[in-house]
Amino acid sequence: MQTHKTSGNEVYGAFPRKEDARFVRGQGTYVDDIALPGMLHGAILRSPLAHARIVSVDASAARAHPRVEAVLTGADLAERGLAWMPTMSGDVQAVLATDKVRFQGQEIAFVIARDRYAARDALELIAVEYEPLPPLIDARTALDAGAPLIRDDLTGRTDNRIFDWSAGDRAATDAAFAAADVAVSCDMIYPRSHPAPLETCGIVADYSTVDGRLTVWSTSQAPHAHRTLYAIVTRLPEHKIRIVSPDIGGGFGNKAPVYPGYLCAIAASMLTGHAVKWVEDRSENLMSTTFARDYHMHGEIAATADGRILALRARVLADHGAFNATAQPSKYPAGFFHIFTGSYDLRAAFCEVTGVYTSKAPGGVAYSCSFRITEAVFLVERLVDLLARELGADPAELRMRNLLRPEQFPYTCPTGWQYDSGDYPRALRLALEIAGYDELRREQAERRARGEYMGIGISFFTEGVGAGPRSQMDIFGLGMADGADLRVHPTGTAVLAISAQTQGQGHETTFAQLVAQELGLSPDDVEVVHGDTDRTPFGLGTYGSRSTPVSGAAAVVAARKVRERARLVAAAMLELSADDLEWAEGKWRVRGDPEKAVGIAEIAMAAHSALELPDGVEGHLDASAVYNPPNLTFPFGAYLCVTDVDPATGEVKVRRFVAVDDCGVRINPMIVEGQVHRGLADGIGMALMQAITFDEAGNCLGGSFMDYLLPTSMECPSPELGATVTPSPHHPVGAKGIGESATVGSPAAVVNSVIDALSPFGVRHADMPLTPASVWRAIQGRPLRPDITG
Amino acid sequence: MKVTVTVNGTEHARDVEPRLLLIHFLRDELGLTGSHWGCDTSNCGACVVWLDDTPIKSCTVLAVMADGRRLTTVEGLARGTELDPVQQGFAACHGLQCGFCTPGMMLTARWLLNRNPDPSEAEVREAISGQICRCTGYENIVRSVLWAAKHTGEADHANP
Repeated sequence: MQTHKTSGNEVYGAFPRKEDARFVRGQGTYVDDIALPGMLHGAILRSPLAHARIVSVDASAARAHPRVEAVLTGADLAERGLAWMPTMSGDVQAVLATDKVRFQGQEIAFVIARDRYAARDALELIAVEYEPLPPLIDARTALDAGAPLIRDDLTGRTDNRIFDWSAGDRAATDAAFAAADVAVSCDMIYPRSHPAPLETCGIVADYSTVDGRLTVWSTSQAPHAHRTLYAIVTRLPEHKIRIVSPDIGGGFGNKAPVYPGYLCAIAASMLTGHAVKWVEDRSENLMSTTFARDYHMHGEIAATADGRILALRARVLADHGAFNATAQPSKYPAGFFHIFTGSYDLRAAFCEVTGVYTSKAPGGVAYSCSFRITEAVFLVERLVDLLARELGADPAELRMRNLLRPEQFPYTCPTGWQYDSGDYPRALRLALEIAGYDELRREQAERRARGEYMGIGISFFTEGVGAGPRSQMDIFGLGMADGADLRVHPTGTAVLAISAQTQGQGHETTFAQLVAQELGLSPDDVEVVHGDTDRTPFGLGTYGSRSTPVSGAAAVVAARKVRERARLVAAAMLELSADDLEWAEGKWRVRGDPEKAVGIAEIAMAAHSALELPDGVEGHLDASAVYNPPNLTFPFGAYLCVTDVDPATGEVKVRRFVAVDDCGVRINPMIVEGQVHRGLADGIGMALMQAITFDEAGNCLGGSFMDYLLPTSMECPSPELGATVTPSPHHPVGAKGIGESATVGSPAAVVNSVIDALSPFGVRHADMPLTPASVWRAIQGRPLRPDITG
Repeated sequence: MKVTVTVNGTEHARDVEPRLLLIHFLRDELGLTGSHWGCDTSNCGACVVWLDDTPIKSCTVLAVMADGRRLTTVEGLARGTELDPVQQGFAACHGLQCGFCTPGMMLTARWLLNRNPDPSEAEVREAISGQICRCTGYENIVRSVLWAAKHTGEADHANP
């Protein structure tokens, strides 16, 4: 395993964030803060119905509104070849509906007016005649004979099936189950959820009729990929398109896709010659932009009588909504769900996933899910708890007994993925130690004797993050590699341009630390440029916890190129051979003469000076890199959640949350811990509160923050964090991704805890969200179904 | 309708539509974009500003309702170039990530500390419970406010 220490100048650590100077002053620049001269405002007319044929759209009264400049309908876009756009998953999605609407909230017309309010007013003036069609809300009926056909626009399509997909060895898994002493199964729903970043999605599109340049400010987690898609869809030359992602008010996957509103604003700017701003409101965000999860899962686990886990089997029905618009590596229609063997030493595993269309908003892969590993971890960790109960075993002991051992790494799991590194028992032991597990179990027994219902829930997760390699992973045909350009100025300060895009993760700080560490600089001397396609190299952007694993690696590789170049210049400066120099304490130093050394600042000045350089050595120190990761990185962790449940009201209080994360080398531990804090809140929200539900008519019941409940400071306890460090053997500094670990790992810990609390009532499983009503119903033996309103 | 307000000590007079929301007035009319628009339903608190001395959610207040009143926004928190201890605390304790909820959180925090200079953790949690943060899980926001309570004004922490 390679060492991660690259120089004596240790600048990794809790370095304060550079970003904060502007944010604490209210001086961030978000998309809605941008105002251009003559800018117009767009608003979208959306369908009130979940499924209906459009008979007619009459926008004449809206066009006559004194403050309206133009109205675009599906027919108008069809004339320009823009009524449909490709999705990131090989499907097409309506920009503005021409034939029918397929979910409540679907885009029908786009009004362009001189102010935000007038644009909204004019929406009321558009008359749409609908012929209602039966909605398809329950994914489990999507493949029934006679189910309404959602995608009759697709030639030859006769049912709502998107894909059938499987991974693993079916025969070996069946054999393992047949030979097992014990098998446990469970049906569970991972309900539809929404990332709900506090800033909604929006765009300012500014097309210049003079030079044909399109400048777009948008809430994009992947500005370069969006530029390519816009070039293909609008047929504008790509070099004439500039995408700027300024400060982004949270993304979590919600801002990875291209949405119809973006293309409407671009089309409107091209039509009017004015800049056009469109910023959705909260209801539009929740009802129409990419949802997450919505997996109906049947899981089975097989084991020996003495608690040795043998095999896993899963059958999944995936509700993708009206368009298959998930943003994930295209070879994997169920994302990375098939890294579903979790953290255990299994003989065999097999999963099959069927994706279906329904008359609900499109999406599926979003919300810090590491391309569906969230659903997989939940499935496995619930099954392990159920197995523990079946065997009468302690869930911590059962896990410890079956976890992969350190000497098994690199480990190839039964579905073919190679986990890079890990010491799982160490992480679980640390979590149990922080929690005081044995004492907690004693307390639980005492409380139970008093009629109090306390739960202890454990989850252990393994993630795979940092997509590609590019030969295996692409989105929209674009291989998942990322670039970095590093310029070192004559006075020894540096500018790093990256393709990743921060939405709050602190790239401006972490990436400066990465470069500073390699070059013997202070992070203050490194400025990080991101989120502007004219100023940064190509790359796939920030989602799936891929910034540090991929873009961070590119930054380090570029910095090491600079360092090697600096070595040749240093040799010229010192009139020595490059072989006589060693990199130590942030400088090139003469071997055997530590007093004689030159740092990057001196070398940079020399590299830009008239100094005679050896043949073949170019001047300057700038370098660039494209990083094509050899594999994913595999962060892991052990979580433990303590809950108290009031059986009279069904109310759950999360009392404690212990989280031990191993994301390899931590560049900025303060930022890493902040990421974990966020994900634990996600886990509490997901497990207890958040769900996007629909009524029988297809009305979205989670269309505002009055209905879609997010955790507040009152639901989230102070987390107790622990860390172990197992470096990634293939990442240049041994780092792994951390952005989604806690979102992936924590929901199962909360649910396991609540079910543990309810075990005296004989409750074996209840689906998320475990609201008071849901918990109460589970105690009564009448569990709620979370996908349809009760 | 005519509306005259004093924002961060400066008087502004405008002729606005009666229906104009205060958050849009601040952002679009006065160019004070530090306050944000997050939910429309008074749930998220990204739009919190002070009306006179009380935090309010400016997405559900009309601009004309603020006529003749004093408003304080995030742009008015610092004293000149010296950051308010609350601002310093948020930077010192990693109390923000994307920064979108931060202005509203800081205004509520300053209001709390003015009334209760030495709050408990529970009091801080309750004070910010009407506001949503999607990035921090609230833990570091709470720490930031408690930090500010312990660093009462003398600039003993370098401005970030």
